[in-house]
Amino acid sequence: MTSALRSPSEAIEEAPSETPLALRRASTGHDRIFLGILYGASAIVLLIISGILLFLAWNGWPALHYSGLHIITSQHYAPTGTHPSFGLLGVLVGTISIAVIALLVGVPIAVSAALMINEYAPRKIRRVLTSLVDLLAVLPSLLYGLWGHIVLSPEVSNILVWLSHHADFFPLFRDPELEYVGSIFLCGLVVGIMIIPIVTSVSREVMSQVPRDTCEAALALGGTRWGMVTDVILPFAKNGIVGGILLGLARALGETVAVLIILSQTNVIQWHILEPGGGDIPALIANLFVSVPHLAKSSMTFAGLLLFVTIFVLNLIARRIVGRPKVSIA
Amino acid sequence: MTSLLETERSPAPLFDPDRPRPRAHWAPGQLPELFGSLGASAAVVAVAFTVGGLFTLSIRTMLFGELVCVMIGFLLIFGILTALRHGPIVAKDRLATVGIWVGASIALFPLVQMVLSVIGHGGSVVFEHFPDFLTHDRVDNGMGNAIIGTFEQVGLATFYTVPISLLTATFLSETSSAFSRIVRTIVDAMMGTPSIIAGLFVYLIWVQPKGTNGYSGFAASLALAVLMLPLMIRTAEEVIRVVPGSLREAALALGAPRWKVSLRIVLPTVRSGLLTAMILGVALGVGETAPTLFTAHGSEVYNFNPFSGVQANLPLQAFQLIQSPSPDLVRQAWGGAFILVFMILGLFTATRILSRQRVGAPRRRFRRPRKEVELP
Repeated sequence: MTSALRSPSEAIEEAPSETPLALRRASTGHDRIFLGILYGASAIVLLIISGILLFLAWNGWPALHYSGLHIITSQHYAPTGTHPSFGLLGVLVGTISIAVIALLVGVPIAVSAALMINEYAPRKIRRVLTSLVDLLAVLPSLLYGLWGHIVLSPEVSNILVWLSHHADFFPLFRDPELEYVGSIFLCGLVVGIMIIPIVTSVSREVMSQVPRDTCEAALALGGTRWGMVTDVILPFAKNGIVGGILLGLARALGETVAVLIILSQTNVIQWHILEPGGGDIPALIANLFVSVPHLAKSSMTFAGLLLFVTIFVLNLIARRIVGRPKVSIA
Repeated sequence: MTSLLETERSPAPLFDPDRPRPRAHWAPGQLPELFGSLGASAAVVAVAFTVGGLFTLSIRTMLFGELVCVMIGFLLIFGILTALRHGPIVAKDRLATVGIWVGASIALFPLVQMVLSVIGHGGSVVFEHFPDFLTHDRVDNGMGNAIIGTFEQVGLATFYTVPISLLTATFLSETSSAFSRIVRTIVDAMMGTPSIIAGLFVYLIWVQPKGTNGYSGFAASLALAVLMLPLMIRTAEEVIRVVPGSLREAALALGAPRWKVSLRIVLPTVRSGLLTAMILGVALGVGETAPTLFTAHGSEVYNFNPFSGVQANLPLQAFQLIQSPSPDLVRQAWGGAFILVFMILGLFTATRILSRQRVGAPRRRFRRPRKEVELP
């Protein structure tokens, strides 16, 4: 490549003296190569995603073929033996209930934290809190699992044991002798704590884009701060918050390690969510995948496919609603 | 100067700091706000402790119960007091303020407590056997093999993802076509890929076909790359969008071809932001456990070769230690978590320092142009 910058005199010499310079710039050969490379790199992303879908579907097919509709209507999961049975209903329900509990725990707290950082906190600590939330959002889930298992679990168990002694009219407390560890509820609690930073981060970002003059107008008209929050900020930021919640939901559905550490897996539906037992798709895969025969691997792959497609669609919806949630890096 | 001011008789200033202030007179109905809330809390604490004392509770459970009771009671009494004095609108506002502060502290409390407990538990393990814990392998109660594994796997993953993500981000921000819209949508949706699925995918395409010796650090790096790629592309694209269009247009108007505009003008302008994006991806890769389960598989001894044989990985090894029944090994897991937090904190601090740099700040070393363009 010779220098792309041609000196003006050269350019003028080339141009016919009376007509103005034609402003057409054909892309050079190098440009075409460069564009080709860019296309190639982007195609890799599509390749990966279609590869995941294809391989999961291909490998999940035998189990679906073997069990038929039973695979999602039965909760009897027995991967080994001569007549294995692959009912995924238990783990499906478990995964969904963990995610729902996580949202119930995490979302109100996360939204109030976002409001606090944006509207109530003094300006000086706002930056610090924003950084802190962003840092917490990148901490690995292993830490949440470790902390939840060793520090949080005994505390929660104490409280639940006490409650089950004194409030046994509540239908979830059946047996006062139980220890209430390794439960779906505890997993939901830890995952809920885990999604707080991500939901806070997205909601805070959206709330900070509410036009300040509208907020100030609300205050100037004599509104209270809470009035400003409910009538200006929340309506404006509603879509962004919903998008943040969907992102949190996707993370809660796909969480593996924290659940794997905490849950005592039984892979059937555990309606008594405070008691040990229940199932979760990612934890099931992580726990058993390597050690089971081929057909059972296939059933887990099918479960993985269900999860992947669900989360993919959730993310697409989140994107539709929010536009594009900004990834905060500064 | 001062004397001059003193002699001049100016009209009485609107605000004179020396003037004695009128004394607040507190009528019984007009106690200042603080007293209202203090009184409310005192009343509630008293009630709660009396009630709590009636039950025999373990001290921790009791503290939690007390806290909940105090909170509810405080909100009740405080709400009623304010509503009586200022009306329902102000009462709602005050209650909401208290609620939001409480919500935010509930959010921060467990998170901060988690980080502190990792530092507390883990720090004691790491510093008890200081260099040994970092250099010995798991057989000798150390984390050295896992640290090497993490470095090699994340390093390899970074090696593939950095060029691909930079090129894709350039593609997404510099061109617009149906194809780029599809890619952008897919990248966004891929951001939430469950980590276990990435591991499963690489197991199916790489480990399983290779049979029993398919596990390797390389396979783990592939799985990590699948997870790191969308985050890096997404952040890098957002960074590149910051570059003003006029800069591109100026370069194009001077006759530069588009590849040169991208590689020599656009990308260097935001290099600190791009570096931040890459570091964020690396921080994600360092912390992932699930994708390495079926790929690196973990090992108790040193394996320096990522291309053959099982290899350990920091979060993976910590996870395996947590699963073990021995309390000593669980303590080592805290040590592993401590190293993990330390690494991620370092990476995060690097992003903060980088993001403080101005966009397009000049490089430290200036290069003189080789040839000067002569104008006619």
